[in-house]
Amino acid sequence: MKRTVAGLVILLLVLLLPLAVQNEFYQRIGALVLLAAISASAWNLIGGYAGQVSVGHAVYFGMGAYSALLVYTRLGWPPIAGAPLGVAVSLLLAALIGTPTFRLRGHYFSMATIAAAELIRILVSNWELLGAAVGLMGPAMPRSVADLSFTTPLPYYYLFAGVLAVLLGLTWWMQRSRMGYWLRAINGGDRAARSLGVPVLRYKLYALLLSAGFTALAGTLYAVMIGFADPESVLGILVSVKMLIMAALGGAGTLFGPLLGAAILVPLEEATNAIFGGSGTGITYVIYGAIILLIARFQPEGLLALPARLRAWRGRRRARAADAARPLPSATAAPDAENA
Amino acid sequence: MILLQVVVSGLLMGSVYALFSSGLTLVWGMMNVINFAHGDFVMLAMYVAFFAFTLAGLGPVAFVPLAAALLFVLGVAVYMLLIRHVMRGPMLAQILGTFGLALLLRYAAFWAFSANFVTLPDTLVGGTLVLGGLRLEAARLVGGLTALLLTIGMHLMLTRTSLGSRLLAVAEDRQAAMLMGIRPDRMQALAWGLAAASTGIAGALIALFFYVSPTVGENLALIAFVVVCLGGFGSVPGALLAGLAVGVIEALSAFWAGAVYKDVMVYALFLLVLWFRPQGLLGKA
Repeated sequence: MKRTVAGLVILLLVLLLPLAVQNEFYQRIGALVLLAAISASAWNLIGGYAGQVSVGHAVYFGMGAYSALLVYTRLGWPPIAGAPLGVAVSLLLAALIGTPTFRLRGHYFSMATIAAAELIRILVSNWELLGAAVGLMGPAMPRSVADLSFTTPLPYYYLFAGVLAVLLGLTWWMQRSRMGYWLRAINGGDRAARSLGVPVLRYKLYALLLSAGFTALAGTLYAVMIGFADPESVLGILVSVKMLIMAALGGAGTLFGPLLGAAILVPLEEATNAIFGGSGTGITYVIYGAIILLIARFQPEGLLALPARLRAWRGRRRARAADAARPLPSATAAPDAENA
Repeated sequence: MILLQVVVSGLLMGSVYALFSSGLTLVWGMMNVINFAHGDFVMLAMYVAFFAFTLAGLGPVAFVPLAAALLFVLGVAVYMLLIRHVMRGPMLAQILGTFGLALLLRYAAFWAFSANFVTLPDTLVGGTLVLGGLRLEAARLVGGLTALLLTIGMHLMLTRTSLGSRLLAVAEDRQAAMLMGIRPDRMQALAWGLAAASTGIAGALIALFFYVSPTVGENLALIAFVVVCLGGFGSVPGALLAGLAVGVIEALSAFWAGAVYKDVMVYALFLLVLWFRPQGLLGKA
């Protein structure tokens, strides 16, 4: 009940915030936060819930972005019409990459996803149909409403909010379904999950397909808004890394973790770019690197788990204080509490 | 003849790959932690060599050991401050930890040294050796042979010395090693130091004949993963053979298909191996 209320409050906040903030600069950042939250939440399905850390999700994002601009440049269709193509290609690639690598445990999956992503990035950089290293452009001027080319950020904001709501709704439903429990069992360990009768390979693949599909959609939306894609901006390793960092910062495997991560990191990136200008790129990623380093070292469950941890810590301290106040403390209790 | 030339230069590059990959395989085999920043360690070593020459006028005889020593310290520090704490945690934390380190090092270098490519003067180890029709650049020859000898040395150290036995004992069984009076924590810190020192030497050697840039580590890290997976993780002889093989494959695909496709071939090979023989070509099933 408490969680449902929290969800509704967040929803209302997301819907009303841009109306309170009339500044277009901030509205644009809001739209970018939601867009980043879509791909980070999509990554979260496989990387967070199922615990299979993909570092190659840029592949699906890139396929979505390139499909949108490809149907525009080749067929003259509105970019958004490329979404089905992007999703289809991504599902195919996800099945190709996932089926063999899901048999592998541990770090192998992560490394295979990086290698596959780099392979595809290099191939696209040399493929004339996709504009090679230069990339593809969207319509310079909107031809009709279908081009979804708006001069203000608000329509994008609500478009992205709608897609994010669908994705989070689906995730919420999945969390409570059998699939959610099975994915968390897989996250706990392949072998244990299998011994409980979880069809491990099949459910890892389902999670990856769902994740890849939504990541491709995020790529299409990116291309629709930005109107441009080149290998570095949509297929580079940083695209994958950002999804991973946002989800992990907020809390991997939680419903609102990726949104929280995006709400922190996107404005941070915009701010460093605004402050440092051209040389900002370096600083931005130094900060990103430091943040994930610290998260990994001190709070691997992410920021959303922080209140629970503080409560537990306070509870332990109170227990210890009570222990110390007892006239004859038992010899073993205190050191144990230290290590708990 | 040209083909032989290509193969030989591939072998020379490959032995440098083997050197820094043997460090990665040691750490990975010992504690099942993978270092995504391994390539960026190599990048740092390249900058150490570059600045040791440009700022202090040191030659390779001085800057190779210097890079090894500095990177050794970095490796031990990374183990003590980060790895020791994340290695028992969830896998996401391990991956994030070394990935964060990689981003931090790469973009700190980007910011401090700028994105421009720099090179050491080719006269540092100058000249070309002509050997029965083969033309060998002295820098590549020196770099390749030194790396080859050091990789073999690393293998001998692990298999023939008591220090090596202690390292391998911790890799085999941490508990049993503790019962034998070995401190696993020290051995693991040492392994990280050695792994980083191997990148130190390799990086300083590559800098003799290769451009230096902040992002050069990204590609080198992937090459190290390929070598380690091909050779079977934990195996230094495996890394040596696989390193040489990757060097030759890279050189041949650059020769036949063009320079842009050399990485494509290596990554494709990597995926094929992961799919069909994840324990590596030489690894035990």
